[in-house]
Amino acid sequence: MLTYVLRRVLSAISVILVTLVVSFGLFFLAPQDPAGVICGPRCNTQRYQDIRASLDLDKPVLVQVGSYLKGLVAGRTYTSSGVTIECPAPCLGYSYTLGQPVTKLLAQAVPVTVSIVLGAAVVYVTVGVLAGTLAARRRGSAMDRGAVGVSLGLSSVPYFVVALIVALYATFLPRSEYHSLLDNPFAWASGLLAAWLTLGFTNAAAYTRYSRASMIESLGEDFVRTARSKGISERRVVYRHGLRAAITPVATILGVDMAFQLTGAIFTERIFGLPGLGVLVLRAFGQSDLPVLMGGVLVGAVVLVTLNLTVDLLYTVLDPRVRLT
Amino acid sequence: MTVHSGDVVTTPRSDGASRGPDGPPYLAVRDLSVAFPTADGEVRAVRDLSFSLALGRTLAIVGESGSGKSVASLSIMGLHDRGSTRMSGSITLGGHEIVGMSPEELRHHRGVAASMVFQDPLTSLHPYFTVGNQIVEAYRAHHRVNKRQARERAVDMLARVGIPNPRRRLGDYPHQFSGGMRQRVMIAMALVNDPKLLIADEPTTALDVTVQAQILDLIRDLQRDFGSAVLFITHDLGVVAEIADDLLVMYGGRCMEQGPMRTILGRPLHPYTWGLLLSVPAVSGETDRLRPIPGAPPSLLAVPSGCPFHPRCAYRDRVPYDQCREVLPDLYPRTADGTRTSRCHLADPERIFTSDVLPRLS
Repeated sequence: MLTYVLRRVLSAISVILVTLVVSFGLFFLAPQDPAGVICGPRCNTQRYQDIRASLDLDKPVLVQVGSYLKGLVAGRTYTSSGVTIECPAPCLGYSYTLGQPVTKLLAQAVPVTVSIVLGAAVVYVTVGVLAGTLAARRRGSAMDRGAVGVSLGLSSVPYFVVALIVALYATFLPRSEYHSLLDNPFAWASGLLAAWLTLGFTNAAAYTRYSRASMIESLGEDFVRTARSKGISERRVVYRHGLRAAITPVATILGVDMAFQLTGAIFTERIFGLPGLGVLVLRAFGQSDLPVLMGGVLVGAVVLVTLNLTVDLLYTVLDPRVRLT
Repeated sequence: MTVHSGDVVTTPRSDGASRGPDGPPYLAVRDLSVAFPTADGEVRAVRDLSFSLALGRTLAIVGESGSGKSVASLSIMGLHDRGSTRMSGSITLGGHEIVGMSPEELRHHRGVAASMVFQDPLTSLHPYFTVGNQIVEAYRAHHRVNKRQARERAVDMLARVGIPNPRRRLGDYPHQFSGGMRQRVMIAMALVNDPKLLIADEPTTALDVTVQAQILDLIRDLQRDFGSAVLFITHDLGVVAEIADDLLVMYGGRCMEQGPMRTILGRPLHPYTWGLLLSVPAVSGETDRLRPIPGAPPSLLAVPSGCPFHPRCAYRDRVPYDQCREVLPDLYPRTADGTRTSRCHLADPERIFTSDVLPRLS
C-alpha cells in the first residue's frame, strides 16, 4: 500500500514536470512576443530590451527552463526598470501586467475555485444520489419519470444560460462575493450560495441519472435478495445494502467531474463575479500573461493528478476487494 | 379430482422414519399459483402446486431450469416483487398464512420461520461487508441483543458450520473465503435465528463435487440437530438421492410426480421422471453418449395444452384419442394410501417402466 502510494506520487510528479516543460515549450514557440505585449503601445527600444532581459527572454530556452525550475524550489529575483522584486519559493514567475508574483495570484484565486467546486459537489451529490435512489426504488412510477424528465431537461439547457438566469433573476439569494472562510465562515457561505446552488442543481441532474442506473443494478443483485431474506427492514435493505454497492461507480465519476470543474469553473466565476482561477487564467490569456498562464497549467495538472490518485485510494476504502500493489 | 399431498409426508415411511418424528406439517402449500404479467404476456411460473412438509423431513423439488421450482421457494419467503406478482392459493408456515400477509409481518417471518440459502454464495453475500457484520445484522434483526452478544452468537454459528478459527474469520470479507467455506457462512447466517424451515435453492450447484458432499453432510447434520424441515431445490438427482425423504418433480410450473424419494427414484411412474433418470450419465460401463430428453422445456409464457410434457413425451401414442394434447391429467394417486401421485394419462405406467425403461437404465 505504502509503496503503491509512493510510486503513484513519484509518477504524478513526473507527469507534472513533463506538463511544465511542454507548456513552456508551447509558449516559447507561440507566435506572440510576450515582451512586446507587455511593453504596450508606448514602447521604446530601451524599455523593450529591459523587459526581455527581466523575463530572461534574451537567454537560451534551456536556461529559461532551468531558472524557472530553480525559482520553483529556491525563489528568484526580478529586476524591472531598475526595481528589484523578490519572488520567494515556490516562485512561478512574475506577472508584469498585474505587477504581482504568480504564486500570490494563484494563492488568492485557488481557494475561491475550490470553495465553489466543493460546495457545489456537496449539493449535487446529496440531491442527485437521493433523487436517484428514490427513482430507482419506484422504477416506472410517476416520480421516477418525473425525476428522469427534469434531469434530462435540466442537462439539455446550456449551463451558462442557467447560471445567467439565476444571476439575473434570483435576486432573493444573497449577493455573490468572496470572503475567506477563515475570516468569516458565514459571509463565505452566503456569498457563494448562488454559485453552489446553480452549479449544484445543474450537475444534480446528471448525478440523479448515474445514481438511478447504479442503484437499479445494485437492487437487482443477489446480495440484496439475501439481505431481504434475513428479515431486515426494507429501508435498511435499500440504504445500507443497495446504496453501499451503488455508490462506488458514482464516486469514480465524481473524481473526474471535480477535476474538470476545478479547471473549468470559468462560467460560474465570471457570471457570479467570483475572482477564481478561471477568471485569472482567462484574463492572462487575453493579455498574453505567460507566467500566469503557466501557473494555471501547473495548478490544473496538479489537480488532475491528485484527484485521480485520491479516487484510486478511495477505492480501497469503498471496495474491500481492491488491493493496491 | 385433485389430490393434495398433505397426506404424503405425514404418513409413516415404509423404511422406518429415522429422521425425526412425523408431526403435523410445518409448511403446507395448497393450490399455489404464481404469475407475473410481462410485456410479452403473463408468465405463469407456478400452477396449482400443493405439498406439505413436516419438521425433521427433507423434501426435494427437482426440475429443469424454468420449471418454476425457484419461484415456488421465493413465494414461501415472500420474496417476490409485490407490485408485479399475482399469487393465489395458500402457504401456511407453522399455522400462519403467508399469502396476503402484510410486508411488516412478512419481514418478521423471514429468517425466523423460514430462511434461505442461495445458489451462488459469492454473489449472495454482500461483497463490502465482513461476514461477521452480515451475520450479526441477521441476528439483531430478530433479537434485542447488543453487538457483543450478537458477535458471540455469530462465532458460535461459524464454529457450528465447521469454519476453523471462527473468531478471527468474523472480520474477513466474503471474497477471502473459498467457495465451500463461503456456502458454510451462508448456512450459518441462514440458521442464526433457529428457523424451523430451511430452504436451500441449489446450494451446491456452484461448488465442486467434493465440497458438494461436505455441504450436503453439513445440512443433514444441522437438520438433525435443529429438528428443522428442509426444502431442497435442485436439478441434480444424485443430490436428491443423497438427502431427500420425499420428492416432487416439477415441469412447466406444475407438479408431475410426488411421493417418497426411494419409491419415486426406484419405480418412477411418469415419462418425464424416466427421461430425467435416463439422462443421468453413467459413471461406469460404456460412457458413449448422453441420453437427453429430446426438445426443450416449455416457455412459461405459452405452456403446451393438455399435459405440458406431451410435445417431448415418447409415450403419448400409447394414450388413445390424443388425450395428452387436449386434456391436462389430474394428479392420480398411485398407491392405496395416496402417498404417491403422478400426473399422467398412461393406463399402466408401472408395466411400461419395467419393460421399456428399466433395461435401458442399467
